[in-house]
Amino acid sequence: MIKCVTDYNIKVKGQVHPPLTLEAVVLEMQDPKTGVKSQTQRLVITTIPHAITGEDIVEWIANRFKVGAAEARAMGTMMVAFGYIYPLQDHKRLIIKPDASLYRFQTPYFWPAQQWPVEDTDYAIYLAKRNIRKKGMLELHEQEQYNNLHKWMNHKWDFIVMQAKEQYRAGKERKKPDRVVFDCQERAYWVVHRPPIIFTQQCIMRPRVKSSVSIGALVKYSTTYKQHDPFLYPCLPSNPWLTDDVTYWQLNMQNIENPTKMRVERWTFSFGELLSDPRGRDDFRLFLKKEFSGENLAFWEACEDLKWGTAATMKEKAQQIYKTFLARGAPRWINIDGKTMEITVKGLSHPHRYVLDAAQTHIYMLMKKDSYGRYLKSPVFKETQKKALEQNAKKRRPSLSPIILRQQEEEQKAKLAASGPVDITQVMSKLFSIKKKILSPLKINLK
Amino acid sequence: MGEMEQLRKEAESLKDEITAARKAVQDATLQDTVSGTVVVSRVQLKTRKTLRGHLAKIYAMHWSTDSKLCVSASQDGKLIVWDSYTTNKVNAIPLKSSWVMTCSYAPSGNMVACGGLDNMCSIYNLKAKDGNVKVMRELAAHTGYLSCCRFLSDAEIITSSGDCTCVLWDIETGTQKTVFAGHTGDCMSLAVPLDFKTFISGACDFTAKLWDIREGQCRQTFSGHESDINAIAFFPNGNAVITGSDDATCKLYDLRADQELITYQDSSIMCGVTSIAPSLSGRLILAGYDDFNCNIWDSLKAERVGVLAGHDNRVSCIGVTADGMACCTGSWDSFLKIWN
Repeated sequence: MIKCVTDYNIKVKGQVHPPLTLEAVVLEMQDPKTGVKSQTQRLVITTIPHAITGEDIVEWIANRFKVGAAEARAMGTMMVAFGYIYPLQDHKRLIIKPDASLYRFQTPYFWPAQQWPVEDTDYAIYLAKRNIRKKGMLELHEQEQYNNLHKWMNHKWDFIVMQAKEQYRAGKERKKPDRVVFDCQERAYWVVHRPPIIFTQQCIMRPRVKSSVSIGALVKYSTTYKQHDPFLYPCLPSNPWLTDDVTYWQLNMQNIENPTKMRVERWTFSFGELLSDPRGRDDFRLFLKKEFSGENLAFWEACEDLKWGTAATMKEKAQQIYKTFLARGAPRWINIDGKTMEITVKGLSHPHRYVLDAAQTHIYMLMKKDSYGRYLKSPVFKETQKKALEQNAKKRRPSLSPIILRQQEEEQKAKLAASGPVDITQVMSKLFSIKKKILSPLKINLK
Repeated sequence: MGEMEQLRKEAESLKDEITAARKAVQDATLQDTVSGTVVVSRVQLKTRKTLRGHLAKIYAMHWSTDSKLCVSASQDGKLIVWDSYTTNKVNAIPLKSSWVMTCSYAPSGNMVACGGLDNMCSIYNLKAKDGNVKVMRELAAHTGYLSCCRFLSDAEIITSSGDCTCVLWDIETGTQKTVFAGHTGDCMSLAVPLDFKTFISGACDFTAKLWDIREGQCRQTFSGHESDINAIAFFPNGNAVITGSDDATCKLYDLRADQELITYQDSSIMCGVTSIAPSLSGRLILAGYDDFNCNIWDSLKAERVGVLAGHDNRVSCIGVTADGMACCTGSWDSFLKIWN
């Protein structure tokens, strides 16, 4: 226990330096005769020596400097904020509570003016030590910081764990009250120097992309899609809204055998485009089958089905997915890393909509980085490109085969059967008018 | 120094730090990047179809993902589903409350939703077995008017309300799954991107916020407008946001660089923006204004390249189809017009 200013000057680390004003005040406060009243207090099951109450601190400051209670409180809060005094209860709120709340003077070792550089290594050791003592003891923000430190300090993690174990062992050898006191001091120190990240700090530290990169991407996107934008470029053979000719829509139906060249071009823009077009996905599926990696796409589709389906079917779907793709020896086993597999299987015991998110992302990236590139160079894709229909505004050849027309009729009939008899006349008349439009030029040609 | 003053100073300094961090990544401006690009030539879109049938002001419309069907809501108490190509009405749904302010079409095409001053979001099933369109769910929990709603799927919907919150609902159980609180003014509109993992909302506190749907938290906030944000939409690549406000300007914000890129304004425009929609490539931005017109902006050069004139009253809503082929405007003159 530091007894006087001179003691402090000499004792700390053998280095003598003149005490700062605030530190001098803190030392005065610790004077056994004229300082703040301190007593041994019971805290939970341990007795803490030299504990002081908030109201005593405020009173002492007010008397010493002849200031009002509000100012005394502000000064007290400053001392707590800087770490000269630390609260024993509610340790994360660094303020003075002018009541019976308990505080303690921080050991000079931990005083901020010591200016020990606050090393991340020390913090990592501190967190690792607490983890050793009791798993799951770290709070959420501490857990996050622990994970971050583990990531970029990976190379010296063995050293850190070794130090943590050593400190833990040394700590155990201390007497219990001393240990509790030291733990409180250490914890208080880290609360000051590694405060829980608050929202605004997250805002400041968020990863940002450079403007040039982001703007470049925007410009690239609108340039790439410019020719596909019906407001900027004409659609071939003609825009149905302008000419009342629906050929364009028929040629671009969902499950048409030969898609148009423009449509196939869009599949080359991004993997997302390919997957979001059912016809593109079909082509991709064909390619994957030849490569014997079709299970990836099947898994991705099953995940989408789970995400957007009804809640009632979720459990069943989850089980089905587990049996088909994830279980050991499953018929369509997908290759994901051990950690993701562990998280996914664990989550499947209580399935919810997004339980397969991690696995789905992994497989998506796998397909995007690996299969997609190969697909674009594959014979399957080249064949599709060759067969793709060229749109020519001049030659209005009715390239629709009767097969497609019949398919359309079947689809419409199925739709009618499912939804009431509301629009039958409209739909049938629409079908007839389409048929007429397609067949009439044919008739002319035959002549 | 009083505690309040200290906290205020701290908040100011943190705000300055955020501004500084944003400036630090600003190594290019949109104007400079596209200085070599030519402005898009004059875009002339004409009215191809007029959808007549509503008897009062139209407040909202939304396209179906098939790019032909659309739903519109009017304060005559009706929700009409149109086949826009043939101009026929597929469904005319009478509403319990005629004070409707928003409507939405589910991506599957199976449902529509609407809501307004009744503080509720009503979901209608269009594909009921008996053919009649009935109310499937009434989602009630908001304490303010419903300004906008958007389906994520047949099982989930997001709503924004005048009570300053946005809510994610589970349609099957009719309960709130997540409440997104953070705005300090009425939330006026929201938009959902293609990956359905986040959404953006614009509010009367002059800011737009990006929310993470799973975490339920606000990820980013964008300010800069000087008045209520009435309309908001995603740029087609999902990495930028366009907003329209009562201060007569539209702004483009970049999500990754976390800052405003450009403002679309003109000294001759003095009325507020009510609705906004990008074209398929994002090169054009169509915005509806209080002066009965829509302006078409070149999004990269920030110049006006066209006007959609034809309504006799305020344009309240605008939408571009998923295939980008047509744009629909709805107005207080009770007509919907399809432009191309």
